[in-house]
Amino acid sequence: MATLQVELVAVERMIWSGEATMVIARTTEGELGVLPGHAPLLGELAPGGVVRIRPESGEDLIVAAHGGFLSVTEKGVSILAETAEISSEIDVERAREALRRAEGDGDDPDAQAAARRAQSRLRAAGQDA
Amino acid sequence: MAGSLRALRRRIRSTQSTKKIFSAQELIAGARIVRAQNRVEASQPYAREITRVLSALASSASLDHPLLSERERPDRVAVLVITSDRGFAGSYNVNVLRRTEELLGLLRNEGKEPLLYVVGRKGETYYRFRDRDMVDTWTGFSEQPGYENAQEVGRTLIEAFTAGADDDESGAGEDGIFGVDELHIVYTEFRSLLSQVPVAKRMAPLEVEEVEEFRDERDEQLEAERTSDVPTSYEFEPSAEELLDALLPKYITTRIYAAMLEAAASESASRRRAMKSASDNAEELAKNLSRQANAARQAEITQEISEIVGGADALVSSGSDI
Repeated sequence: MATLQVELVAVERMIWSGEATMVIARTTEGELGVLPGHAPLLGELAPGGVVRIRPESGEDLIVAAHGGFLSVTEKGVSILAETAEISSEIDVERAREALRRAEGDGDDPDAQAAARRAQSRLRAAGQDA
Repeated sequence: MAGSLRALRRRIRSTQSTKKIFSAQELIAGARIVRAQNRVEASQPYAREITRVLSALASSASLDHPLLSERERPDRVAVLVITSDRGFAGSYNVNVLRRTEELLGLLRNEGKEPLLYVVGRKGETYYRFRDRDMVDTWTGFSEQPGYENAQEVGRTLIEAFTAGADDDESGAGEDGIFGVDELHIVYTEFRSLLSQVPVAKRMAPLEVEEVEEFRDERDEQLEAERTSDVPTSYEFEPSAEELLDALLPKYITTRIYAAMLEAAASESASRRRAMKSASDNAEELAKNLSRQANAARQAEITQEISEIVGGADALVSSGSDI
């Protein structure tokens, strides 16, 4: 079966790379699934979004990606994010705490961005946001 | 005589204890270089990808973004200088600051007014001591810069640049804020453990050849696609212009981050070199001093013996029994 070469890179390091059968992401325009053979595409990931990578075998990889882009070429998919966390690495308690704190701070744009980051972390970890 | 011996011994002790400090600093700096190099390495994939995405976008979208187009009359220019927080790094800061002075001179000759943005305590104190105005300073992370530091710096600079779009000779334009028309950065490039070179680069408006800085096979492949008859046509979500809007500030921030990482590696490398020669000097000094101390000790012993012998002789010649 055809696969996609997927690279997930954050600014400070490469987070994951490998073969996958499908990538699901949400751009600012809407939800999007990428299968092998997808047309070349550049998209901006929606803030607070979650990216789901389905590897060839094993469980889906769920990633909270903040401030990112999605680039699909014939070769594969690259996901660029300012910061990205794999669901298994997310500390739910801390994310909740961060969300509470950010919501307490009101309408400040920084606080709103922090709230969205915390929401996407919680969503990626399979919790209610 | 006894006094000088005591003084020498005291100097040897103090030289040896400073030597310990120097060699500890040398070891720390050595470990930090490795860590800094690893971080430079780790940041490469992102830099490469974002460059690739940007060139793909550039080939499809019209390039009239403010961050890409030259301003007609650039008169105010931001210069970001990256220095270290701590000293003990040999000529590291001096070199960066000298390179900055050259750039400032050049900009003034072109009739532009440079505005300083400084990273690192050493640069800050340098300009404060000389009573020069700095628009903004950031300190406390020169050895281990994080991406959030680069974001903070990047945000300030891009805001200043955007605010500069509508400035003219008469005033600050519609937004009432004096902005800048160009962004420059001065930092130390890490070429190898032995060679770190201060460089000045222009970040905005972006120059096309700089966009292709990180070349590798994939870039060449992309290049081939672009020059071939049927270029890859990308779909864009949202539109190409909006993507460019979102991507360019991130690209500039990435470049600031890369510069900070290189500067951090260079700083540790210069510090290690400076500390190595300092501890070598201290060792040399301690060796010379202990030679002098030995000579003084022997002279003292010789003198004591000759005093005793002299005293005994005097007693014998005076005829008394010993």
